[in-house]
Amino acid sequence: MTTSALPAPVGVFQAWRADAAATARKLLANPLTAVGVAVIALLVGVALFAPWIATHDPLRQQLDAALQPPSGAHWFGTDEFGRDVFSRLVHGTRITLFIVTLVTVVVGPLGMGIGVVSGYFGGRVDVLCMRVADVFLSFPSLVLALAFVAALGPGLDHAVLAIALTAWPPIARLARAEAMTLRNADFIVAAQLQGASHLRVLWRHLAPLCLPSVLVRLTMNMASVVLTAAGLGFLGLGAQPPLPEWGSMISEGRRYMLDSWWTVAAPGAAILAVSMAFNLLGDGLNDALDPRQSS
Amino acid sequence: MTASPLLQVQGLQVAYGPTPIVHGVSFTLGREKLAVVGESGSGKTTVGRALLKLLPRQARIGAERLQFDGMDLLQAGERDMAALRGRRLSMIMQDPKYSLNPVMSIGRQIAEAVQRAAKLSHAECNERVETLLARVHIRDPKRVAAQYPHEVSGGMGQRVMIAMMLAQRPQLLIADEPTSALDVSVRQEVLHLLDELVAEQGLALLFISHDLNLVRHFCDRVLVMYAGRVVETLAAADLPRAEHPYTRGLMAALPSLRQRRAVLPVLQRDAAWSAA
Repeated sequence: MTTSALPAPVGVFQAWRADAAATARKLLANPLTAVGVAVIALLVGVALFAPWIATHDPLRQQLDAALQPPSGAHWFGTDEFGRDVFSRLVHGTRITLFIVTLVTVVVGPLGMGIGVVSGYFGGRVDVLCMRVADVFLSFPSLVLALAFVAALGPGLDHAVLAIALTAWPPIARLARAEAMTLRNADFIVAAQLQGASHLRVLWRHLAPLCLPSVLVRLTMNMASVVLTAAGLGFLGLGAQPPLPEWGSMISEGRRYMLDSWWTVAAPGAAILAVSMAFNLLGDGLNDALDPRQSS
Repeated sequence: MTASPLLQVQGLQVAYGPTPIVHGVSFTLGREKLAVVGESGSGKTTVGRALLKLLPRQARIGAERLQFDGMDLLQAGERDMAALRGRRLSMIMQDPKYSLNPVMSIGRQIAEAVQRAAKLSHAECNERVETLLARVHIRDPKRVAAQYPHEVSGGMGQRVMIAMMLAQRPQLLIADEPTSALDVSVRQEVLHLLDELVAEQGLALLFISHDLNLVRHFCDRVLVMYAGRVVETLAAADLPRAEHPYTRGLMAALPSLRQRRAVLPVLQRDAAWSAA
């Protein structure tokens, strides 16, 4: 090995950037992942520029133009109140992204924290945390989310809270498994040997090692969050009308489905595309971040 | 303070489950180089880790007396031990491949130890890390500090471990085969460095090894372990005149440059050794 063969990173930041660039290249090398990334990028772009992209006000009713088929004026047709489906779809991306982001931000740290602590300390702490997780896991997540929303009252914020409460146990399980395989590793003992406290070992040594698999799981989780949010919306417990949430759009269009297929098809396709994209991205991240698979 | 030795161990027992694997190990350690030798699985490393209470949690440690600088280690809680570890009691672990965190750069891992010894600014800390790396004879410390453990060789990893230990200037160092991964020239440097520390800082060194020749020349006293027991304690210079048959057997199994021997003798074990 010659010293010149290794491009010496000048600082931690540059090293990190080079690393991130390599990961990104690996991600995009897979065509399916690239499709997923593209769809999600589109979603984010549409959400950011929704008012400029939308052709109509998503909330304005025009009863004389109700249930019109797709045309030049209304690209995806109109719904029962004459609202433009395309514009509603565009504004709906904001709600979907809001739910996905908020749930992920809550669930990631929560699940990882509980999992790492439970795996590292083991014993009674582990039993306690995992039995609570078992209770949550033993219910189908939509049913549990329904119960939470029923108790809290319908609404977007409560839907987020309910989904977050049902989504943390799998993350915690994963982080716990990683922490358990690592807690007796020599380098953890070596850190303790240097006098590191439990908190330091957990935060600086264990958490970074659990991060890749948790990240992958979180991304895959986003797909099910989209579905659950749409499900809650469909059942009338998520976003409340007149908010253009995709699930509630399907629910409203369901009555006219046979004659006016576009009221259901457009939001349905959007839900399908987005949840599929998150799944593809999660798969790609799994391949890109797993050091055991890289050649 | 000078009258009583730094570390007193009497009747140390370590057990996993019902059967103890270290039986009644006793020794004292002052400011000297004490070697622990014995074959694989004789409990050398377990004794070393037991002193720091760094064994897996199912291990039970018992002793009649376990004293470090007037402190009773048996009574010390996890918090007290954490305060002692690194600052006053330290250890160089056997295998650098497993003892360095794979996702942290070497510089950052040493910096953790440096920051614990004294709060320094970022620049000062980096400087100190580089000084420490240079001290263990690593060329181009800047580059090595930015590298990750898988990018350096075993010998360099071993020296990184030593640099981490040096950051906090402990009083007692347990070196668990610190030179087994090193080539001969680097080994001499590392031994020289340890020697310096003992001479200059009055470091007490517990040197775990299975290299009898090395121990004979490097250490002051030798503790010979077999099956979790200390079978013999003697001055290093007296190794050729050891009395216990196990030690004699080990010595006899060493090849020699001066005397040509057709067949090296194989150690003949005696059940009585582990019952004693």
